[in-house]
Amino acid sequence: MSSNRFNWFRFSSPATFYPLAGRLVPWFSAIAIILIVIGLYMSFFVAPTDYKQGEGYRIIFVHVPASWMSMFIYLVMAFWAIIGLVFNTRVSGMMVQSLAPTGALFTFLALWTGAFWGKPMWGTWWVWDARLTSELILFFLYIGYIALHSSIDDKRRADRASAILVLVGVVNIPIIYYSVKWWNTLHQGASVSVKSGSSMASIMLITMLIMALGFWFYSIAVALARVRSIILERERDANWVSELPEIKR
Amino acid sequence: MKEFFNMGGYALYVWGSFAMTALLMLAEPLLVRRRRKLALQRISRLVRSKSAQASKKIQQTQQDIDK
Amino acid sequence: MFKAFSTVVMRDLLLAMRHRSDILTTLFFFVIAISLFPLGVGPELNTLREIAPGVFWVAALLASMLSLERLFAIDFADGTLEQLLLTPQPATILVLAKVLAHWLITGVPLVLLSPLLGLQYDLSSDVIQVLMLTLLLGTPSLSLIGAIGAALTLGLRGGGVLVSLLVLPLYIPVLIFGAGAVEATVSGLGGTGHISMLAAIFLLSLVIAPLATVAALRVSAE
Repeated sequence: MSSNRFNWFRFSSPATFYPLAGRLVPWFSAIAIILIVIGLYMSFFVAPTDYKQGEGYRIIFVHVPASWMSMFIYLVMAFWAIIGLVFNTRVSGMMVQSLAPTGALFTFLALWTGAFWGKPMWGTWWVWDARLTSELILFFLYIGYIALHSSIDDKRRADRASAILVLVGVVNIPIIYYSVKWWNTLHQGASVSVKSGSSMASIMLITMLIMALGFWFYSIAVALARVRSIILERERDANWVSELPEIKR
Repeated sequence: MKEFFNMGGYALYVWGSFAMTALLMLAEPLLVRRRRKLALQRISRLVRSKSAQASKKIQQTQQDIDK
Repeated sequence: MFKAFSTVVMRDLLLAMRHRSDILTTLFFFVIAISLFPLGVGPELNTLREIAPGVFWVAALLASMLSLERLFAIDFADGTLEQLLLTPQPATILVLAKVLAHWLITGVPLVLLSPLLGLQYDLSSDVIQVLMLTLLLGTPSLSLIGAIGAALTLGLRGGGVLVSLLVLPLYIPVLIFGAGAVEATVSGLGGTGHISMLAAIFLLSLVIAPLATVAALRVSAE
């Protein structure tokens, strides 16, 4: 087997993945901090005030990246779930488990900032808007994953069972979104288009993208850091763990 | 400066959402670090107890041989 | 293959007939849940007529979810589930058979009961008709999707509550289109759009749900 062919499975065993993640975490967190600081500066001092919503619209710079991330992380979880089920690699199951809390956090943030934005703009904390409602259902899907995974003691079975749940969830997300959109337009007329992407000033869009990138690197850093402790928890009696420098100290 | 914090009257909403975001996105790394510390402690305790057992066994076999 | 399918269905129906209490509990839950709402909301007929579709559908959702536990639990406990998975027939057929049996036991009685309960809500006959049609079309997908949840939480402590947490988000499209269909026909808009969506969801879950359930069973039973 020619050695130059990149062996995709070199990092699939926890022992090799642990140090790799260790090296990557500082890099990703540094990039995340830089991007978020730039994004924050831009969202407050560079982005112009909106003619209609005044300063209140600045919540968009947190609300939109958070909801993008909540959707994106669920898709990444589905990706690792497929890898885990097909190739039965242990690290992929751990990756899905480590991504779930961050995904749930971003969904909660999307709901929180959505509500805080809805209050001044629509007058109520919670509006049964199609997007907010499907975000709420996505939050239930995350909680369902975490609950299922933590209630199964045998971690290998937990990984496989919750991987199936994630895949069933992914198939359902478009259905849920469109049925909620259909349901919502039935009640309230065309829902207010909160963020029509293209018509926004380009500077606002760029700021939002920078914040989104910052959130993206943040979640990679947190997920990799958490996966390291998951590896430690699950492989605690493996001998490569006892040789680890951190343990020797 | 004060006008900046007022956020054109939307102070509560803008700062409410940014503060919650900042709070959660700072708390999560701290929680992960705490979880890592706990895992490391458990493992070192495990390793120490295993090596303690091993050395006790070695002493035992020593005594059997001397007897 | 069809023979295996029908034998499993017959067996499940026979088992259900033996200890009939399981069937009646889900039905009585459906009846009680529906009759609770007028006590809470008040006897005023206009509001009752307004909320009836939603109440019926939420009650149907909860009733079918409560009976999911029984779908695989007994077979898992006494080991017949492993035998079922080991038979030469494709496991999806056997799962479909079990889901069909579950639907016949819990879904169909709900549909037959709804006219009777409709009188409590002073529903006109065509509303009841649409309600029965949508329930008839919707409850199979409830059983199919629910089967995935039941298979995933096989043999877990606190499985009952966990199933509801896993399965309710997946039930929401069925709820929206089911209740929406009734409301649309009542308000004269015509519910064919909703009903066709309901049928689409049913076909989709007919294809995907057994695959996921078998995968989940293999994970839980192994």
